[in-house]
Amino acid sequence: MAETTTVTTNVAKATQTDAVDAPVVIELDHIHKIYRMGDIEVHALRGVTLKVRQGEFVAIMGASGSGKSTTMNIIGCLDRPTRGSYFLDGQDVSQFSKDDRADVRNRKIGFVFQGFNLLSRTSAIENVELPMLYAGLPLAERQRRSMAALTAVGLAGREQNHPNQLSGGQQQRVAIARALVNQPALILADEPTGNLDSRTSVEVMEIFQRLNHEQGITLILVTHEHDIAEYAKRVIVFKDGKINQDYPIHHRRDAAEELKHWPETQDEEDDES
Amino acid sequence: MNFLMTFRVAYRALARNKMRSALTMLGIIIGVAAVIAMVSVGQGAQASIQDQISSMGTNMLMVGAGSMNTGGVRSGTGTTSTNTFTVEDIEAIKRECPSVALASPSVRAGAQIVFGNQNWNTSIQGVNEDIPKIRKWNIQSGEFISDGDVRTAARVAVLGQTIVDNLFPGIDPVGQMIRVRELPFRVIGVMAKRGQDSGGRDQDDVVFAPYSTVQKKLLSITHIQFSYVSAISPNATYTAETQITELLRQRHKLGPNQENDFWVRNMTDVAETADETNRIMTILLASIASVSLLVGGIGIMNIMLVSVTERTREIGIRMAIGARSSVVRTQFLIESIVLSVTGGMLGILIGVLLSVLIPKMLGWPTLVSITSIIGSVLFSAAVGIFFGYYPARKAAALDPIDALRYE
Repeated sequence: MAETTTVTTNVAKATQTDAVDAPVVIELDHIHKIYRMGDIEVHALRGVTLKVRQGEFVAIMGASGSGKSTTMNIIGCLDRPTRGSYFLDGQDVSQFSKDDRADVRNRKIGFVFQGFNLLSRTSAIENVELPMLYAGLPLAERQRRSMAALTAVGLAGREQNHPNQLSGGQQQRVAIARALVNQPALILADEPTGNLDSRTSVEVMEIFQRLNHEQGITLILVTHEHDIAEYAKRVIVFKDGKINQDYPIHHRRDAAEELKHWPETQDEEDDES
Repeated sequence: MNFLMTFRVAYRALARNKMRSALTMLGIIIGVAAVIAMVSVGQGAQASIQDQISSMGTNMLMVGAGSMNTGGVRSGTGTTSTNTFTVEDIEAIKRECPSVALASPSVRAGAQIVFGNQNWNTSIQGVNEDIPKIRKWNIQSGEFISDGDVRTAARVAVLGQTIVDNLFPGIDPVGQMIRVRELPFRVIGVMAKRGQDSGGRDQDDVVFAPYSTVQKKLLSITHIQFSYVSAISPNATYTAETQITELLRQRHKLGPNQENDFWVRNMTDVAETADETNRIMTILLASIASVSLLVGGIGIMNIMLVSVTERTREIGIRMAIGARSSVVRTQFLIESIVLSVTGGMLGILIGVLLSVLIPKMLGWPTLVSITSIIGSVLFSAAVGIFFGYYPARKAAALDPIDALRYE
């Protein structure tokens, strides 16, 4: 009980610091998104206003059709809002061209997907190198940073393995390393635990919490599982294209602590076979 | 993202699918090899015909008795329907046409020649002493007919190699006597081996004798059938042709509406016609071979389209983590260019190899030209760009959100 209290206090303190001093990373101002399907207009977002400061760890929740995926696509610069403005790292990116958005995604955003989305038949290290390749970094620099990122997610020694030689948890960690490697302003994780069993999910959340805590990386996590959302510091719930609830987590789960008490399961590598 | 990096990405993508890449390349390999081999066969034939024609002498003209039909297609060689063409005409041509250097009358008689108990049917060609110079045909041993032999209508003969091979195996024919239509002739020389002419006739199956002897002793005629004329230079053949035509029309008293009773053939024309025929043959062969190159290109487009669809998710990932559309397009374009150019290089190798093997196996002359090699490289690169552009554009136009969702 004492442990839990300590953790909560720490988290509460961190959240407070974020809210007051840290610079704003994401600022959505009355975002509307309307899709046109033939004659029918689908109003996916109806004025979303949101501020995320550096070092925050936000979980976005909501039923399907609530607008959370559309919001993620806009935050991730994969899509443009129909109306409203979006400031990422102080820059209005809402009306950026396709190429400019590609550059923003490359330099400022790290993506982690539910399906891992690694290049098949390509080694772990080459997968991690990919964003730096598009950023035009020299080979030596790419290799040094890829190795550092793989070590940070606990995959040192696995860099030459291809995705089909890695377990789901390991693949997701390669994806996290890839998201980290260009030192982005934020990491967007779209249901990162959706394809993982519960222990591996906690392991992935442990990495996210550690990156957030130690390196101050801003994290946005889309999930529909309440217990996963409890690893974040703040929860935003979408409903009918609007933000329905926005509240801080008071009793935050600590993945590292939980893993200490988790019974050891069989070696991860056997999962895939 | 520079070009070299894009190239590496494209190369790795191809290396991941080795079997498919190799099979795709096969179309281009076969296409390029076929083009190079076919063009080398065509050009080999052209070169060997050129050789023969220039060895005959490009400043040579032939003048013959008889009329040519309109259009001048029918060759009048050996036509004896008129007897208006005479030795005096030849003397006049030599005297009055400034572009003519040498001229020799020619009369032909088919005859059986006998030596000892051997005989051989051939044609006796009556000429004068200038034939070796006009036809650029050297004496191998002995000597050629002289001016005196012509004046005295001497019964002397100069043999072609085929005659020597058939009638004088292992014997030096010079000084021997042969019989032609029961008349004895003394062999005074042997011509050098000449081989087949462009029409495939054996030029060495001939006996030369003074025209006066053939006219009087073998044919009993006073006219001539034919004449070999040499212009002062290869460039003078056309003026020589005009001069001869004018002179002969005048001498034969032809009115302005009358057709020529003789014909003039210019070896430059013959060379150009043969050249043109061969060029058309080469183009024909090359275009048939190009069809396979085209088919190979379509194969590349097909595979690239399949590849784009199959790799939609990969394209989505690349775009999501920051690849611009242009980079994706360049990657796919480079993939198809690498396929076609690598295929092209291998095709050149095989094509050149075939051009070396064809003369050995089929006996056809070949000539590999640098132009056809450079042409194939450029053409295969063009095939890569042309057939790779559409799939590459399709890949670049993908929306990253849809592409990531693609299963």
